[in-house]
Amino acid sequence: MENEKLSLPNYTIPEDLQNVVAITTLDRLYNWGRRSSVWPLMFGLACCAIEMIAAQTARYDMARFGMEVMRPTPRQADMMLVSGTVTKKMLPSIIRLYNQMPEPKYVVAMGACASSGGPFKEGYNVVAGIDKFLPVDVYIPGCPPTPQALIAGMIKLQEKIDKQSIKHVTWYNKEKKDGNYVPMPILGPDLIDVRRNAEIRDVAAAKESA
Amino acid sequence: MYGKGILKGLSVTWKRFWDTYTDDISWMLRGKKRYNSDEGIRHRSSKDTKGIFTVQYPEEQLIVPEEFRYVPFLVYDEGADGKKEVRCTSCGICAKVCPPQCIWIVRTNDPSTGRPVPVPTDFFVDMDICMNCGFCAEYCPFDAIKMDHDFDIASYQRNVYNLEKLMKPASYYAGIRPENYTREEEARKAKEAAKAAKAEANAAAA
Amino acid sequence: MATPVLTQTVDLAARFPGKVSADARPGYAGIIVNKENLVEVATAVRDEFGFDLLTAVTGVDYIAENKMEVVYHAYKTTGGAGLVFRVQVERVDPIEVPSLINIWPGVDFQEREAWDLYGIKFTGHPDLRRILMWEGFEGHPLRKDWKEPFFEEEVKPFKSRWPDGQHTFAENKNPFRDNLNFPKDFDPEKYVVDKEEDLYMSLERDTTKDVEGNMKTDHIVVNMGPHHPSTHGVLRVAVQLDGETIIGLKPVMGYLHRNHDKIGERNTYLQNIPYTDRLDYFNSMSNNFGYVTTVEKLMKIPVAERAEYIRVIMAELSRIQNHLIFIGMLMNDLGTMYTPSLYAFEERELVLDIFEAVSGARMMCNYFRFGGVVRDIPDFAMQKIKDLVFERLPAKTDEMERFLNENEILVARLKGIHVLNAEDAIKYSVTGPVLRATGVPYDLRRADPYSIYDRFDFDVAVRQNGDMMDNYLIRFDEIRQSLRILEQAIKQIPQGPINSQKAAYQVRVPAGEAYGRIESPKGELAFYIVSNGKPNAYRYHVRPASFVNLTAVESMCKGSKIADFVALLAMLDIVMGELDR
Repeated sequence: MENEKLSLPNYTIPEDLQNVVAITTLDRLYNWGRRSSVWPLMFGLACCAIEMIAAQTARYDMARFGMEVMRPTPRQADMMLVSGTVTKKMLPSIIRLYNQMPEPKYVVAMGACASSGGPFKEGYNVVAGIDKFLPVDVYIPGCPPTPQALIAGMIKLQEKIDKQSIKHVTWYNKEKKDGNYVPMPILGPDLIDVRRNAEIRDVAAAKESA
Repeated sequence: MYGKGILKGLSVTWKRFWDTYTDDISWMLRGKKRYNSDEGIRHRSSKDTKGIFTVQYPEEQLIVPEEFRYVPFLVYDEGADGKKEVRCTSCGICAKVCPPQCIWIVRTNDPSTGRPVPVPTDFFVDMDICMNCGFCAEYCPFDAIKMDHDFDIASYQRNVYNLEKLMKPASYYAGIRPENYTREEEARKAKEAAKAAKAEANAAAA
Repeated sequence: MATPVLTQTVDLAARFPGKVSADARPGYAGIIVNKENLVEVATAVRDEFGFDLLTAVTGVDYIAENKMEVVYHAYKTTGGAGLVFRVQVERVDPIEVPSLINIWPGVDFQEREAWDLYGIKFTGHPDLRRILMWEGFEGHPLRKDWKEPFFEEEVKPFKSRWPDGQHTFAENKNPFRDNLNFPKDFDPEKYVVDKEEDLYMSLERDTTKDVEGNMKTDHIVVNMGPHHPSTHGVLRVAVQLDGETIIGLKPVMGYLHRNHDKIGERNTYLQNIPYTDRLDYFNSMSNNFGYVTTVEKLMKIPVAERAEYIRVIMAELSRIQNHLIFIGMLMNDLGTMYTPSLYAFEERELVLDIFEAVSGARMMCNYFRFGGVVRDIPDFAMQKIKDLVFERLPAKTDEMERFLNENEILVARLKGIHVLNAEDAIKYSVTGPVLRATGVPYDLRRADPYSIYDRFDFDVAVRQNGDMMDNYLIRFDEIRQSLRILEQAIKQIPQGPINSQKAAYQVRVPAGEAYGRIESPKGELAFYIVSNGKPNAYRYHVRPASFVNLTAVESMCKGSKIADFVALLAMLDIVMGELDR
């Protein structure tokens, strides 16, 4: 693994100190701590939420990964597991929750619906993928992903965390600190993404009269 | 007595707690592996399971039944000189029956005649729309599209699979669904034999 | 299959000469009532003819005839066939139909839904707001001339998929490059957002009287959800509180409205089966059951004998695991954090193993087909079913009872809380275990038998008090009865083909309408399908049990504490996929 090498210190331990001293980089220690306690935000949207609960129960036991502590408040959560269909009506609440989560935060799109709208993509009340609004870290296909597939996705997320370096992460960077703030969409005649106001106005004006 | 019901309930949790040890110990005494072995996993998924119920994915995996379905893949036969002969004839039944319409097929046209050739130029499945219903595999008349057992396909971007990514060898299919494979192969052989017999009969008649 | 005769036209036509007429369209049943006489006829239907349970109200848009229709399905709680009556109005806005809320208060949400999705104004309805979409949404989506942003073609399969199906994202075809559609010259910056005043005003009318003997305090409105750990999914409830006492409450839903009906009208009949899996996602087998029975009714085809038994086995297994989860989740909401649900989920996993073995998927089984099921039960799965039914599940149900039933805290939290009496329950069209816990022995498996339920010997589980405790205990009774049915079914199951039809990806469904209902674990799950002979349903409507059962929630929880309300939601056993569709 290339990335593992990157975070290894370029230093060999003298023979007499081997098994006594262990050397790591700050990155590895930091990431080890973070990867082993990814606390998900406790909320489920649809069918996938049931498989998420199943993954927390005895047979699959996500606690083995330090992910069993479902936090009902976003302030204490590290990861948002978007488990199910995101509807337009629900979206503002999800964005608000996301904005309330402290950095570092991760978004996992569980299942087809969260990734792209899934089988309900054509529906008028369905957001075609949470990635239109939030930066998604891992996409887990499946409808719904089985608990084992969900855990496989979580391992992918841990791998991603492993690759991050304390030097480059945005949450210590003063300039980029608010980079992850997503303005709240508005429920109008349809879902209004306020970042796209000008574009919506232009396209609506160019529209042939209905 | 107040509290009797609570104590009664606690006896159940206590028994459950105790069971986590009794089962492990009895397996150990019999010299069998309860963890990381097929037998152990099978036992933990049976009616007799008690005690620890966890199957520690990824170290050990649940034994999925043959019919388990996750996402579709295309079967190809390995022809001479290792050529991948995809079974799909681009008839389009899977694309028509697909409930969320997540299958796109580009049919090949013979450049000289303009007639369609029974091989797809490209084949797309949008894995982020697919609802894993298995209709494509169920209604495919050529046993060309099948449902996969592999669920470890999470990734860092959207998943639109093309022909290249969808293809898996027939041997893989035989591995995950041995019974189905044997049944289909037999049916195919019977069909071919019938065809040959008919052709022979026709030749004899002529 | 015993198909009960659905109507009693003779009586009504004689009783109301000139005010009603028989529906003459081929494949249709029931009577057409004049709009002006609707309330009068409906009152007679309830009081004189004894149809006390109005299960479904829905609209149909007959755009070719320029008619908008409202269809009512009424039944007797003593069992037997139902009565269909309908009103037809000109399809010109404003479309107005008198509301029946004073006769059957259970129509409340269903009329609001018809207003939301069809724009049918129910005059006399006190709180006619949008229910699944939000106030301010443009248009009424289920009308046939309303097109969604990602509209591609009228019906599936889409031509762009084959033979020249270059992959494109649906976004690229929409001018807004997303699932959006705005009216011409819309300016988002000038848009005034709806502040949901209507919702809060609708609460206001309940604040007139004070709870006696209490200190006078200000009332506060609390919004629970849509993200709330104790709402079952993304439900929101606006609660008006006097201290901790609930004095007014309005559920707000639609946070999981996935446009099931609209998509269902575009799908072919077969394509709808996997979509029904996602209605009540705990019980995909039951949903399949309801849907295929309805379509089979329309198609008038028999079901293979062995398949009938397989269906019953699957549906009853599904009921057992649903009730186990119900118990676990109820305990969760009462604060018994997790242990009972862990125990319940263990049994559920074993049941799901069977589903996985027969159908290929744990939750979204997609197992039923018109005329039968998709594949036979493999031998090892049959053995597993026997193991569970004869050995494990009875023992584990007993264990669960031993574990919880006498627990003093549990009894204190459940006994005498949220009492629903039989009269109210029927009035609010409540069905399923919640209705039976009030003392009404109304179980569709007995009252209006479908499939082969008339062959089995079982009792309808009934409890008398209608409080939380009875609602909790009746689930155990039902598990036991399901086990009884399963035992008989396993013993009687014959060998033979598992489908009466040839496997085909397109089925012919003659024109007409059908209303098929089954006893799902949550209550009456019904499908209303109108076919015009094409490969796609003209009207596809789901009558979900959770949605209608929720109508009673407001009257049930008034005067109780907010902490108990959380348990009430668990008790109604709502599931959002079915509630919002």
